[in-house]
Parts: sequence; structure tokens; C-alpha cells
Amino acid sequence: MSEHNYTPASKVGKWFNDRLPLLTLANHLTDYPTPKNLNYWWTFGGILTFCLITQIVTGLTLAMHYIAHADMAFESVEHIMRDVNYGWLIRYIHANGASMFFLAVYIHIFRSLFYGSYKSPREIIWIIGIIIYLLMMAAAFMGYVLPWGQMSFWGATVITNLFSAIPLVGEGIVTWLWGGYSVDNPTLTRFFTLHYLIPFLILGLVVLHIWALHVPGNNNPVGIDIKKPSKDTVPFHPYIVIKDGFALLMFMIVFAFFVFYSPNILGHADNYIEANPMVTPAHIVPEWYLLPFYAILRSVPDKLLGVVAMLSAILILAVLPWLDTSKIRSAVFRPLYKQFYWILVADVLVLGYMGAMPAEGLYLLIARVATAYYFLHFLVVLPLLGFKERTLPVPLSITESVLGGSPNLATAMQKEKIDKLK
Amino acid sequence: MLEKKPKRRDFLFTASYAVGAVGVGAVVWPLIDQMNPDASVKALASTEVDVSTLKPGNTITVLWRGKPVFIRRRTQDEISEARSVKMEDLIHPEKDEDRAKNPEWLVMLGVCTHLGCVPLNDKGDYDGWFCPCHGSHYDTSGRIRKGPAPLNMEVPKYEFVNANTIKIG
Repeated sequence: MSEHNYTPASKVGKWFNDRLPLLTLANHLTDYPTPKNLNYWWTFGGILTFCLITQIVTGLTLAMHYIAHADMAFESVEHIMRDVNYGWLIRYIHANGASMFFLAVYIHIFRSLFYGSYKSPREIIWIIGIIIYLLMMAAAFMGYVLPWGQMSFWGATVITNLFSAIPLVGEGIVTWLWGGYSVDNPTLTRFFTLHYLIPFLILGLVVLHIWALHVPGNNNPVGIDIKKPSKDTVPFHPYIVIKDGFALLMFMIVFAFFVFYSPNILGHADNYIEANPMVTPAHIVPEWYLLPFYAILRSVPDKLLGVVAMLSAILILAVLPWLDTSKIRSAVFRPLYKQFYWILVADVLVLGYMGAMPAEGLYLLIARVATAYYFLHFLVVLPLLGFKERTLPVPLSITESVLGGSPNLATAMQKEKIDKLK
Repeated sequence: MLEKKPKRRDFLFTASYAVGAVGVGAVVWPLIDQMNPDASVKALASTEVDVSTLKPGNTITVLWRGKPVFIRRRTQDEISEARSVKMEDLIHPEKDEDRAKNPEWLVMLGVCTHLGCVPLNDKGDYDGWFCPCHGSHYDTSGRIRKGPAPLNMEVPKYEFVNANTIKIG
């Protein structure tokens, strides 16, 4: 936290603050110096906080009507949709909210990748973020099981069976996860419990994520270290609050569009059929936000290695700060990295598409190439780029890059001047 | 380095840690084990099935321990196809004779050994089963022939109680 000393104006405020410095914390949050060049890609942190709170509030209200029992879960969800006052609205917000949450988190992650926000000294912020992302996937998966439709049941079966790939103890772990010999009522009740718990774990980690952020302060589009507070910063309130608020409104328009005009477009029709352990749907697909990893799982012909590849694809992100050897953060000054960045974006989108297609023929071939490239990007391209790439000159301050027009040009000109003086 | 002589205090530390670890273990284990199958789940261990109406070339699917079990009355062609396969062509070598004691009857868990989907009857490249989830092909003995599944479909413990009834489990 910053070093400023804060004394509340009122006597009562001072009395309270001396005993519990909440007002100092509030003052730190409002005055928090923020780089003045943050663009709209930086508004997704606030949007994600909104998503988390939306999921918690709608989830709490849904839990008042939902019944976690294999015989009643499906009906209770229909009961929420048909009988409960505004139940349809709350459930559609919750279901689409999960998709919106992932949409925002992917933008947030890819912003980090573009501007190098994961690099020193922000590694811990990044790793906490990856843990949050993993917990989000767990929460989303378990939440998808709760309506006890066909996709719920078979999704749960396939995902829990991933653990059976572990040698020796795999089968035992799967039985333990199920609480039986197949996905059944004991599985449903424990998933409900965990689905309820995880959002609060995420909330706690979000506090740590923001705390860790407030130590070095925000990264920014030019990716340089700045003095705080200085000409390069503005206080969080009102400048960032207003900007985040505006972005949030735009985001809510997209959110509302899904909720009110196509609430089921991101779901799967088979989940409106009650779970049947005798019949597997012809084509099992996870929710869209897990598709790239699903494609990686299926592109490896060996069961254990497929699971290992899928998990590595996520966990490799945790060591990214050490795989990327470049000292320059922002892709703005990394002409080669910028191109590889967009190739990676395309690669992940291709993987997502292949994950939705049947695993055969050309689809499988493309998925395999895309999987190989995904790992190549992190394990070969990023470490090498740090040594090979010729980066562009970086401005000395944000003010320079803002007032001097194009940052590259301004710095290049300045450098030329300095060279001439020599 | 100087050799340190263990003192009475070191002994007390070690003993305390050991007792503490046992105590933590004793508390944690019930919390973990409660998630394993409970007594009521274990009690539903066996199912009896009447197979008198099943014609050759047909399969019925019954539920046992929450899982589908395929009972197939195989045709002569299917039996000879299953028995003529060379062991070295198999991913998980098992003789058909061992999988189907009575060659006409194949009883196995209808659960793909990849990720647990239910394979489809009379489909796939080997005239047996095909798993729609990730494309595993099984032959007429339920053995894995192609695709990501590592093992043959599991044959549960079963017996003919009489000529028309199979008891699974």
C-alpha cells in the first residue's frame, strides 16, 4: 500500500480509524494512483468483479428454490423456470452470467498477454489469477451438472473419468469423487456443496489479487515502470471509476442481449432432457469456454497423455513469467512478439472450434497441429524471442508517449538528438 | 560441521510433531472417507436379469450399480469373428474364451474405458461397439481395437442362476 498518512476529518471517524483503519483503506482505494494511459482493455477487472457478484447474488437466490437430489433436481430447475417469481430471469442471468464471466476473463487474460502484465514484479498477481481461473472452471463445471440434464450427467461422467487416467489410484479416486460406482445422487449433492463454496474462495482470492496489484500498481499500455503518484498517474476515483463504469454499461448491454433475446444459444438443447445413465448423447460437448482444452484432450490418442496435455495447457500459464525471457513488457514495442501473439489468439480460437467438432478426419488433424503450436508458442517461441527479437525504443514516461504523439517516433527522435549531441 | 548431540528438547519436539501428525490424520481421514460409497450404495450390489426373450444378434442394456450392462446374445458369425482375432492385433490382449465363458452370451459393462460414455451397439469398424464421445471402436467381444480407450470393456462378475436368468454382481 502507498505510504500516505490519512487522518479522517471527523472526530468519530478518527476514533474509529484509530481502532480499525477501514477509512485509511477506503482512502487508499479512492486515491490509488493509476497510470493515465490505461485503455478500455483495462476495464475488465472491474467487469469481472461485477460478474462474480452477479453470480453470487443470483446463485444464492436460485439455491433457495433448487433441490439437490437426483430425482428432483431436473424438476426443481423447471419449477424455477415456470413457477418461481422471476425465476426464469434469475436462472437465465446465472446461466449466461457464467458465459459472460468467461468472456470477460479471456479478454482480461489476453490483455495481460499482450501488454506483458504477468512479468516482474507482477508474477504473484498473475499466478493468483491463474488459480482463480482454475477455480472458475471447477465452479462452472459443477454448476453445469446441477440441472441434471443429459449434458450435465455425461459431462460429469467424462470429466470425472479424466482422473481414472492416473496410474494405480485412478479408479479409486473416481469412485471417491462419485461416492458410488457411477455419477449419481451422492455426486450431485457434493457438487452442489462445492459449487456453493468455490465462489467465496474466488472472492477471497480476488481480494489477494487486488492487494498484490496495489503493491507495484497497474501495468499500462506502454509497459514501463512509472513513478507514483506523478504526472503519469491519475487517482482511481473519479477517473478510473467513471471509465470502468462506462465499460461496464457497454458490457451489460451484451449481457442483457443474451439474457433477454437468446438465453439458450450458449447452452445445449440436450440439457433439457433429464439425465439418463443408459444413453449417452450422440455428441458430447462442454460449454464453449472449455472447448480449446477439450480439443487438446481429444487430439492426443493416449488417455493418460491426453489428460496430461490438457492440464499442462492450463498450468503452463502459471510459469509464463519465466518462459517469457524478454525484458520489454508491452507488445507495442515487440514487433515479432506482436505477430506471434495474434497467431496464438487465432490458434486458441481454432482449438475452440475444433473442440466443438467431432474428433475425426481433417478436424482431428487441424486440432493436433493447433495443439502442437500452442505448446510451441510457450515452450519455444517465447523463450527464444527474448534473445532474438529487436525491440523498439521504449519511452521514458507515459507523458512523453501521450504528448509526443507516437511513442516510438518520439523516442526515436529523442534518441537521435542525444546521439547527435554525442 | 560440529556433530550436534540430540537433547531432551529435540526429543520432545519430535515426539510432539509425531503425535500431532497422528491426531491430524485421525481427524482428516473421516472427512475424506465420508465421500467414498456409503453402505446403502454398496448394498445394491447385484441384479438379476431375465434373458429368455433375447434373440441372437440382439442386446439388452440393464442398470447395475448405476452403470449400464450390455447383455448380448451373439450370432455364430460374431463368435467366430471374435475368436479368430490374433492376440498381437489387440491393444488389450484378452481371449474371447475368457471374456465369454458361454460363447453365445457376452455380458459386460457398457462403459467406454476412455471417459465413461455408453458405446453404441452394432457400430464401428469392428462390427461391435462404437463410442460416440471420442471415437473408440470395440469388436464383437467388446475389446478395444481403435481409438483412445486403453482397455477392453470390463466383464463384471456374473453367473447363470438358471437357463433364463443372469445374476450380475
